[in-house]
Amino acid sequence: MAHTTAQPAQYDYAIVRNFTIMALVWGVLGMTAGLYIASELAWPFLNYDIPQITFGRLRPVHTTLVIFGFGGSALFATSYYVVQRTCQTRLWGGPLARFTFWGWQLAILLAAVTYMAGYTQAREYAEMTWPIDILIAVVWVAYLVIYVMTMRNRSQPHIYVANWFYIAFILATALLHIFNNLAMPVSLFSLSSYSLQSGVQDAMTQWWYGHNAVGFFLTAAFLGMMYYFVPKQVGRPVYSYRLSIIHFWALIFLYMWVGAHHLHWTALPDWTSTLAATFSILLLMPSWGGMINGIMTLSGAWDKLRTDPIIRFLVVALSFYGMSTFEGPLMSLKSVNALSHYTDWTVGHVHSGALGWVAMISFGSLYHLVPRLWNTRMWSTSLIYLHFWLATIGIVLYISAMWVAGIGQGLLLRAFDDYGNLAYTFIETVQFLHQPYVVRALGGLFFVSGILTMGFNTFMTIRQGRREQAALQAAAA
Amino acid sequence: MSEWLEWFTHMENTKPFALVLFFITFVGIILYLFTGKKRAKRLESYKNIPFEDDDDRRHEDSQS
Repeated sequence: MAHTTAQPAQYDYAIVRNFTIMALVWGVLGMTAGLYIASELAWPFLNYDIPQITFGRLRPVHTTLVIFGFGGSALFATSYYVVQRTCQTRLWGGPLARFTFWGWQLAILLAAVTYMAGYTQAREYAEMTWPIDILIAVVWVAYLVIYVMTMRNRSQPHIYVANWFYIAFILATALLHIFNNLAMPVSLFSLSSYSLQSGVQDAMTQWWYGHNAVGFFLTAAFLGMMYYFVPKQVGRPVYSYRLSIIHFWALIFLYMWVGAHHLHWTALPDWTSTLAATFSILLLMPSWGGMINGIMTLSGAWDKLRTDPIIRFLVVALSFYGMSTFEGPLMSLKSVNALSHYTDWTVGHVHSGALGWVAMISFGSLYHLVPRLWNTRMWSTSLIYLHFWLATIGIVLYISAMWVAGIGQGLLLRAFDDYGNLAYTFIETVQFLHQPYVVRALGGLFFVSGILTMGFNTFMTIRQGRREQAALQAAAA
Repeated sequence: MSEWLEWFTHMENTKPFALVLFFITFVGIILYLFTGKKRAKRLESYKNIPFEDDDDRRHEDSQS
């Protein structure tokens, strides 16, 4: 049976506060970079012939800042908070935890600067050059040690399921990062390197990394967030603990096999491709099981949706988790992939997961966290509502535009006339994309406005918390 | 190398073997979770862990 501890230890919230602030800073910068490159695609003059801000260089800046800067910092913050609260013990290794903070921030900063300067190892979502890869590996091992040691020191005999998801994410990311980035530098003082693999094996390694980064970094870890913050915000325990265990193990068993669905119709052996598609379809079951578990946590408390904007963020996040984990297996089918791959449908799919699931669950969790970290209330509830609607409208505009762009683009590229010639020239397919790209940029503008609103609300909340604290200290003196 | 160890060096053997191994383990987990009333009760009790060190009184109505 679960045990109750009468005197919870004094928790380390300073590190959680630091990561929370940086999550928002990187979120604002990364999403702004995303908006800018989306605008460059709609209005190419925005490149201004300045190499540092062209699409090719800013795109990895955008993905790195939002995935690793925003998402990564939000995960560090929430995992350090959740492990302390559910294990009822203080975070282990104070200075080492500070090292993970500064090391992680330095890695993100260096990555962004080097991309803009033109240095990349050209591996998607892992463009960092080798010295930054080594820094990340060291930080990550420290993170693993801190997490394991904190769990070992727990007062609670059982390890709550959210920690299972977090630890799986930490372990899998370490494996993925190290093996995907095995490379031989050109020289000790060069940022360039050669990958240890070559040809189709290299492609396979990249997408083994790429899809498992989605599976373990952008899914499992945020499920850890979900299994703690949804019950806490709703005020009810998770619907079924046993279902959460099945959810966990099914994801762990299935995810590692599916990366090759990114390489359909390539030099990859056909059986590998088919195996990946099969496991992608199987993944639908645990994904929906987990989504239902999260949504059903609200049963008996649905009325809170009317009055609590944070619950709205969490429920919409779960809905998008369900939607994108349906769309993913669909797109992994070889016949569908023949149409969807190399088109903007893929970009739309990624963003329905990244904005709809990852960002929305992070926003909800951070809105829950911020008042508790600064011991106050959110400065403005109306601004949370405003943020919710800006984000939701932004996502809908974004993914609808990308469905139109992607499916249209796929159809145009595959159209033949009666003589077997291509029916459209390449430039005609590009012209077709202009309008959806404008709508996508508009969706991005909504979403960026949302996180700016959150940034302002959080800033005012922190100021309010500090003032209240100062007033209390003055009264006590 | 003895013959039975050599069997593992062939990918066409190890892949289905791994698949069967993982499948049996997974079925084992399902059986473990859904057999035994006492065990079910104990497992479901863990869902309350996030509420066991609550200091949320001040924040409960932070939306009001």
